[in-house]
Amino acid sequence: MITALTALLACQLAGEVVARSLGLPLPGPVLGMILLAAVLFVRGPGRDQDLAVVADHLLRHLGLLFVPAAVGVMLHLDLLARAAGPIALAVLAGTLAAIGFTGLVAARLLRSRGGPDAS
Amino acid sequence: MRPELAELWVYLSASPLAALTVTLAAWLVGVRVNAAARGHALANPVLIAAMLLVGLLVVSGVEYQTYFEGAQFVHFLLGPATVALAVPLVRQWQRLRASGPALVAALVAGSAFAAGSAVAIGWALGADQAVLATLAPKATTTPVAMGIAEQIGGIPSLAAVVVILSGIAGASLGPAVLTLLRVRDWRARGFAVGLAAHGIGTARALSVNETAGAFAALAMGLNALATALLLPLVWALATG
Repeated sequence: MITALTALLACQLAGEVVARSLGLPLPGPVLGMILLAAVLFVRGPGRDQDLAVVADHLLRHLGLLFVPAAVGVMLHLDLLARAAGPIALAVLAGTLAAIGFTGLVAARLLRSRGGPDAS
Repeated sequence: MRPELAELWVYLSASPLAALTVTLAAWLVGVRVNAAARGHALANPVLIAAMLLVGLLVVSGVEYQTYFEGAQFVHFLLGPATVALAVPLVRQWQRLRASGPALVAALVAGSAFAAGSAVAIGWALGADQAVLATLAPKATTTPVAMGIAEQIGGIPSLAAVVVILSGIAGASLGPAVLTLLRVRDWRARGFAVGLAAHGIGTARALSVNETAGAFAALAMGLNALATALLLPLVWALATG
C-alpha cells in the first residue's frame, strides 16, 4: 500500500513540477494522471495489482474528498449576491443543458463510429 | 459551560481530530442515505454530507478555517485520487481507444456548448462581464476554472463556488436528464457528466459503472485541457 501511495504522490509531484516550471495551464494532478496512465500502459496489464487496489479504494470514495470544499462553498454563498439569479440559472440550466447536449452528441457519434457497445 | 467541558472544547476545536471525524461520519451518513434511496442521483452523498457539516458548523459556531485545519487532510487526497483515475483509464483503454474520434468530436462540441450556454444565460439575465468571465470556465475542475477566470477578468473565489455548485447540480440531476433524452450508452453518459460536472460528476459515474467512470475521468481531463487552451483565445477574440 505504501508503494502504491508513493507512486501516486510521486506522479502528482512530477505533474506539479512540470506544470509550474513550464507554466502549463493544467493542474499538477491532471498531468500526474496522464503520467501514471503512460507508465501503467508501458508496463502492461497485471503488473501493478497493489496500485490498482489502492486506486480503487481511493476512487470508491472520491466524493468524500470534495466534501471539505463543498462545505466552504455553502458557507460562502454570499459571494453569489453579486448576481444570484443569472449565476443560479447558468449553473443549473447551463450544466444540465451541457450534460444533455454532450450526452446526445457522444451517443450518436459512438453509435456510428465507436462500434456496437451500448452496454 | 463547566470548566472541564470548556477545556475539552478548546482541545477539540484546536486539534484536527474532531473535524476529520465529523467529515468522515457525515460522508458515511451521505453514503447510507444514498444506498437507502437505491443509489438515486438526487440523494447525492457529497451534497448530503456538506449540508450536515454546514448545519453543524453553524450550530456550534466553529469557523470554517478552524474546521478546514482538520478537513484539509481529506481535501489533500483529491490530488492523489485524481492521479489514481489513471487506473480505470488504462483498464478501459480498449474501449476508450475504439471511441477515440467520436470522443474528440464530442469533446469539442460539449466543451464549446458548456462554456457558451453558461455565458449566454448569464448575458441574457444581465450579468456583468466579470460574472460572465467567471461562468465561462465553470465546467472544468476548480483549479483550472479559477486560473482561467483570473486570466480573462473573472473572479476566482466566485469561480470556485460556481464550479462546485455546477458539479453538485450535474451529478445529482444530470443522470435524470440523460435518461429523459434516452442516452443509455454508459460511455456517453459518463463522458457527458465528466465533461460538464468534473470530479463530482466523475465520482457519481464511478459509483454507478466503471465504464461510465473511465469515460467521465477522460472527459474531465480533456475538457480541462481544451478549456484552458481555447477559452482565453476565444474570449480575447470575442471581447477584443
